[in-house]
Amino acid sequence: MAPVLSLRNLTVEIPTRHGVLRPVDSVSYDIVAGEILGVVGESGAGKSMAGNAVIGLLNRPARITGGEVWLNGARIDNLPPEGLRKLRGKRIGMVFQDPLTSLNPLLTVGDQIAETILEHLPVSRAEARERAIAALEEVGIPAARDRVDSYPHAFSGGMRQRVVIALALCAEPDLVIADEPTTALDVSVQAQIIVLLKRLCRERGTAVMLVTHDMGVIAEAADRVAVMYAGRLAEIGPVADVIQHPRHPYTAGLMGSTPGASQGQARLTQIPGAMPRLDAMPPGCAFHPRCPRRGPGCDIDPPPVRAPDARAACHYPLTVAEDVTA
Amino acid sequence: MKDTESPALVRVRNLTRVFDVSKPWLNRVLERLPRALLTAVSDVSFDIPEKGVYALVGESGSGKSTIGKMIVGLLPPSDGSVLIRDTDLATERDPARIAAARSEIQMIFQDPYASLNPRWRVRDIIAEPVTARGGDASGLAERLLEQVGLAARDAGKYPHEFSGGQRQRICIARALAANPKLIVCDEPTSALDVSVQAQVLNLMSDLKDEFGLTYLFISHDLTVVRHMADTIGVLYLGRLVEEAPAEALFDNPRHPYTRMLFAAAPRMDAFGREVEPPKGEIPDPINPPPGCAFHPRCPIAVDRCRAERPEMRRLGNARVACHLAE
Repeated sequence: MAPVLSLRNLTVEIPTRHGVLRPVDSVSYDIVAGEILGVVGESGAGKSMAGNAVIGLLNRPARITGGEVWLNGARIDNLPPEGLRKLRGKRIGMVFQDPLTSLNPLLTVGDQIAETILEHLPVSRAEARERAIAALEEVGIPAARDRVDSYPHAFSGGMRQRVVIALALCAEPDLVIADEPTTALDVSVQAQIIVLLKRLCRERGTAVMLVTHDMGVIAEAADRVAVMYAGRLAEIGPVADVIQHPRHPYTAGLMGSTPGASQGQARLTQIPGAMPRLDAMPPGCAFHPRCPRRGPGCDIDPPPVRAPDARAACHYPLTVAEDVTA
Repeated sequence: MKDTESPALVRVRNLTRVFDVSKPWLNRVLERLPRALLTAVSDVSFDIPEKGVYALVGESGSGKSTIGKMIVGLLPPSDGSVLIRDTDLATERDPARIAAARSEIQMIFQDPYASLNPRWRVRDIIAEPVTARGGDASGLAERLLEQVGLAARDAGKYPHEFSGGQRQRICIARALAANPKLIVCDEPTSALDVSVQAQVLNLMSDLKDEFGLTYLFISHDLTVVRHMADTIGVLYLGRLVEEAPAEALFDNPRHPYTRMLFAAAPRMDAFGREVEPPKGEIPDPINPPPGCAFHPRCPIAVDRCRAERPEMRRLGNARVACHLAE
């Protein structure tokens, strides 16, 4: 199956007075139709920056300096701003963390959805309104016909995020980029939103890039997961494999740090230190100063981004024999 | 609770807090609005044994932070009492006893960026609980900084020079400076990345043993709570609905809300799990449902639940506020 979204060695750089920072460094991955790819990492790992680069929403002076972004077989990273604007909403839908700031407080939710539909689809105003109501019903807003003329403030946080999802999906995009869509929500509402996102993507065959810091959300929702560290891809693979049998020492450390994954342990496994700052990136593998498995070469060569058949960008990945979890 | 015989350090009895969220007087007259009262905490009773870790969990609006603030004395209760040993901070008149009780309580807040004065050096921040009482704090900050895993020379720096995890360590050092017995931790790791969270949680466990501390741990994160707590109290809309030793609660949740919360929490081993997401959202606390506040969302509610509020009753080693739990 041809991928809906394909990143090829995507690199984002920010020129500063003290040198060039590289928040995204040679990241490559594909997402196929109907697939949810979880992109996970800690703050500053570059996971949101990669998503913003795809939709052309990088804030200057950050810009794509290398690599390619392909959407359904067409290159989009070199499109002019006007071309990218047409893609956003139509071909690529977006869901952000805070549902209140991603809705216009001065427009009714129906108008906001209808506006997006009118912009991208050849329909009449009345038809757009009907479609807006249908979109609200689909995301599970009760009494959608009565609430279509309400303003965003009249909805609770979970309901607002449903409106945002309706907005992202109303022009029937091929790809949805969901950046921390449940982080601002309570756990019971989070479960509702995850189920909704999974159902809609499966039904419509939409590809989803689910960016989050929460391994639990990834485990529940994603088909595959890409683990990012310091702007680079550390490990990518099917979600069950990566979580239960991590190959990259960083992924293994991350799992040990997660209280739920290391049940019954008196102490959590610690990764010593912190992620390096972008202006103080160590040579070689960015993780080597914290890595318990570092060996010769780790501080010289960055490990290959992805060798064939390997999941982890690591010189000394964990092997099958070292799997701890059953 | 390993040691149920130990005397309670904190005794919370029928604690209630009502906030007046009415519009201003003139608006009420002109718009004929009634007074609006929000009951944030209602009739909550529990004990925290000395050297125990008691966790309060709940979703937003459950009243967990309000309880924490009343225990440290940042908010006066509307009704009920908080006894620290035998001193009720809200009614005690003897200044010596108030000072003694207050010096035993410290608090750690969620946001380490907002809870440190950016214009003070770390040395002064940490020493403040001692110097504010006229004590001698020479060398104290340096010693505590090393105890929380920072360097003594960091005492001369300002908060902005530290990362989020390091700032939370400074907050912990400040809390320890007063030599407290009880530390109220309100979402202490919610703003931190998972690997940093693991470092801070491990530090808190170590310090607890070293200093013989008692923690009241307030969190929405079930995995963190399960890792840290001896006893867990589950709050819903300002009321304690269930309280049990941590392992018993997770093995056998008795209240339907606790069950819903556990089912909704993302699990690391539940790949592609198809769950029925919880129904509905937390009701409006200004007009809570009659009877049991959870009945509109409860899968097993009967007529009695709509009419009569369930009292806390003891079931085995747990306390549950549900008519039907057994």
